[in-house]
Amino acid sequence: MFVNWKTWLFLIAVLAVAGAAPFMVRAYSTEVLILFMINLILVCSYRIPTMTGDWSLSHVVMMGVGAYATALLSKWWDLSILLTVPLSAVVAAVVGLILVTPLIRTKGFGFFIASFALGEFVRLTWVKFRDPFGGPRGMIGIPSGELGGIDFFEPVPYYFFVLVFVFFSLLVMYRIDRSRIGRTFKAIYTDAELAESVGIDVPHYRALAFATGAFFAGIAGSLLAHRLGAVDPKNFDVTTMVYLIIWIVVGGTSTFWGPIFGLTVMTFVFEWSRPLLEWRPLLFGGILIFFLVFLPGGLESLFGKLRERFFTRKPLGKGSAGSSGT
Amino acid sequence: MALLEVRGLVKRFGGLVAVNDVDLDVEAGEIRGIIGPNGAGKTTLFNLISGALKPTSGTIKFDGKIISGKKPSHIARAGLVRTFQRNAMFPTYSVLDNVMLARHTRINENLFKAVLGTDRKDEERNLRRAREIIEFLDLSEFADELAQNLSHGHQRILGIANALAVEPKLIMLDEPVAGMNPTETAMVTDHLRRLRDEWNMTVILVEHDMRTVMETCDYISVLNFGEKLMEGDPGQVSRDPRVIEAYLGSEEIDL
Repeated sequence: MFVNWKTWLFLIAVLAVAGAAPFMVRAYSTEVLILFMINLILVCSYRIPTMTGDWSLSHVVMMGVGAYATALLSKWWDLSILLTVPLSAVVAAVVGLILVTPLIRTKGFGFFIASFALGEFVRLTWVKFRDPFGGPRGMIGIPSGELGGIDFFEPVPYYFFVLVFVFFSLLVMYRIDRSRIGRTFKAIYTDAELAESVGIDVPHYRALAFATGAFFAGIAGSLLAHRLGAVDPKNFDVTTMVYLIIWIVVGGTSTFWGPIFGLTVMTFVFEWSRPLLEWRPLLFGGILIFFLVFLPGGLESLFGKLRERFFTRKPLGKGSAGSSGT
Repeated sequence: MALLEVRGLVKRFGGLVAVNDVDLDVEAGEIRGIIGPNGAGKTTLFNLISGALKPTSGTIKFDGKIISGKKPSHIARAGLVRTFQRNAMFPTYSVLDNVMLARHTRINENLFKAVLGTDRKDEERNLRRAREIIEFLDLSEFADELAQNLSHGHQRILGIANALAVEPKLIMLDEPVAGMNPTETAMVTDHLRRLRDEWNMTVILVEHDMRTVMETCDYISVLNFGEKLMEGDPGQVSRDPRVIEAYLGSEEIDL
């Protein structure tokens, strides 16, 4: 009861801030907020396959599948934005399922490289086939969508449209994290051999995690395509993937909140470092190395360490954790 | 019909025949020991039955169904569960959570249930049963302790608890008392007997510690050079000249 009350308060506070945000900032910042929201779905969805220990290099391509699906659905059938977003997510999940079928035969570094190869295969298909994918220049003229007479070309209405999708996507992903399936994913990460021995069909669950991640990446891609009005194969190449990895490394992956922290912090860093221009990749590379070396658990592990130091809870008792803080 | 029937089982690794034409019948409710000198093929046989390795030829039938060549998770669902020689567990989870994780097969989970939270009722039932299993193995006082903080002996018993969580008909233990002191060993052998007597469990024990095997098992199969040398009750096995010969030079039978 008490926990529920707190949760509700937290949710209302977050929604209130999110609801007020576009009215407090300039129009340009609203665009940044929309991108942030879309990236929020992307980064949280990337965490799902990593829960089983599968670090994929094709996740941004899955987002691209959602974006291209939206472009084609809008072009061919002129579907409403209410349909293109979920349908694109389903397309991304199906493509994800096809890609992961050979991928689950690999693990660890092999999975990493193989997922890159398969992702590039999909991406180069877009580059290669001018019809229907538009070739290297991509596709343009994707409608921004409208709903009940409200044109989503305006940033503020679209912001709220995205907010609804972000809210429900994150809610579902949070539920997955907390459910038995989430724990099953983590069990596979901890000890796949043991997991298999107690009856967990490891390849099945790894594929499920990958496809679920692709589904939400597809939502992100679709929302992005509607906003930009165009899809460009270069947007989904390995550079974007590296940004995604930086977000998640900075935040950490062991809790649901890690990637969200990471994305929030790095979005600020990204915006503030605009004057640096060509130095930015260097800065981001430096941050990535810093976190890998000094804080491999990401920012979330910092919170854990602080909490252990200042609010040592009773069950910890002997407190083996405090010493690691320095 | 025996609970586990192995017929003409062969496993070749390149030119090496690790398991050669082995037959094995394990009846329901018995504690079966599998012994043999180092390199006799015990662990290979173990991995073949549990599905970690696929046999070159031969069949394994469990509970009337052919399980040879199936995946370990499939075999576990059929009711045959193994433990590991290493301390296999989920180290960053509490003892209770370990057993809960291992109860995966007892719940029909899917994404929609997970999102809607309708699996809670099942989870309550699972929690009760998990506590029973922990109680049975005298791990209750460590229920909320992280698995990685347990002593070696208790970690090995937790391995058995995780296997029991699957609700198997047959549990296969790979050297369960390796590295244990005599008190811990006695604890484990006591658990195994109670498993047979109170829970009607069938147990297969692959073990190096001869004293444990002789004291615990109803029936023993002896392997040597990948073939079955003989079978018998502990008395017959320890007197058999072939067994003594097989062990001489590699290991003394320590009684």
